Amino acid sequence: MSLALDLALCALILGVALATVAGGGVFRAVIFFITYGLFLAIGWARLGAFDVALAEAAIGAGLTGVLLLAAHARLRRMQAGDAPPPAGLNLPAALAGAGMALALGWAWFALPVPATPDIASALPRSGVGNPVTAVLLNFRAWDTLLESIVLLAALLGVWILARDGDWNAPLGPRYHALSGGVLVNFGRFLPPIGLCFGVYLVWAGADYIGGAFQGGTVLAAVGLVALMANVVRPPRVSYALLRAAVVIGPAVFLLAGLLAAGFGAGFLTLPPALAKSVILVIEAALTISIAVTLALLVIGPPDDAGRSS
Amino acid sequence: MSLTVFALTGAALVGLGVYGLLALPHLLRRIMCFNLIGSGLFLFFGAAGARGAAVDAIPQALIITGIVVALSASALAVGLVVALARRTGHAALPDEDRAP
Repeated sequence: MSLALDLALCALILGVALATVAGGGVFRAVIFFITYGLFLAIGWARLGAFDVALAEAAIGAGLTGVLLLAAHARLRRMQAGDAPPPAGLNLPAALAGAGMALALGWAWFALPVPATPDIASALPRSGVGNPVTAVLLNFRAWDTLLESIVLLAALLGVWILARDGDWNAPLGPRYHALSGGVLVNFGRFLPPIGLCFGVYLVWAGADYIGGAFQGGTVLAAVGLVALMANVVRPPRVSYALLRAAVVIGPAVFLLAGLLAAGFGAGFLTLPPALAKSVILVIEAALTISIAVTLALLVIGPPDDAGRSS
Repeated sequence: MSLTVFALTGAALVGLGVYGLLALPHLLRRIMCFNLIGSGLFLFFGAAGARGAAVDAIPQALIITGIVVALSASALAVGLVVALARRTGHAALPDEDRAP
């Protein structure tokens, strides 16, 4: 029974992915891509990876979907929303794709089953009860620190694309919301609920499903809904508070790592007695940075032309 | 058995993504295909990490990191595509055969 469910789910995932690649029209492809992310999240839940399922649904389907929809709307205003699809099958590309898929399929059967590292016995020393959070913020904190810096670098990359004259303009395009419409009502109704849920995900992530990334994404979504409904005004690059929010996560993380090194434990090596409190502080700072950075990545660079048109 | 189904789905997703990345002209579609490759690899990796007695937390943590990095890369790519369209009026790269 469960195998039949997995087979059907994988067929759906592949079908929707095929429609994303082969379907006519860029807009339709974006819609299929969002659907694909949601089906994939169900797949992650079937694999027992609930933290990944949350991240995929919130980031892979949700935020990436908003990003692509907004980009398509802007391109359409520039008459660049669509390009004629290629006629027929591109044979070299098809061979490359099929070769890649076959090689990976072969690798699955050829690779030996790896020995699972024993996280359960190390978990009590990590300070948290959720093994994924323990890996993210303690055992492999180095990866997460660099990831938070990658987010920052990507945001700088997006901002650099602004034209000089637009630099002091409000961030992102102008959003139109009908007063009294669905979006405006949602913009007032959803943020309080989303705020509670996002903070809960971060707090619960220490011991149960959730974490700074999933919670931060929910908070970013709250900000986006409020922005798109024109409930809050879009910020500007020059806001000191905004800049502080973007760097506080990596800064606190880096500082914690350096302090640990200063006390002789080694860079980013948390002493077990303090681990819980240090992780909570890092997660709180990281959540602020993740939420603000993700939202700013999605709304894009300051664009005055996008506002007047 | 289910793990094999998910892993082979991941492999097929990578293949689809590679095809689209090479064959589709519109850059927004190429960004989606880049994401298909990424998520296909994550699925393959996640299925491989679930083969042991318990679900392994390390692949899960790495995949969450990967999903966030994929979004950052996509946001930067979208920014570049919009900047290109603003400059040239097209969201597709010029055909190599016809380029001077």
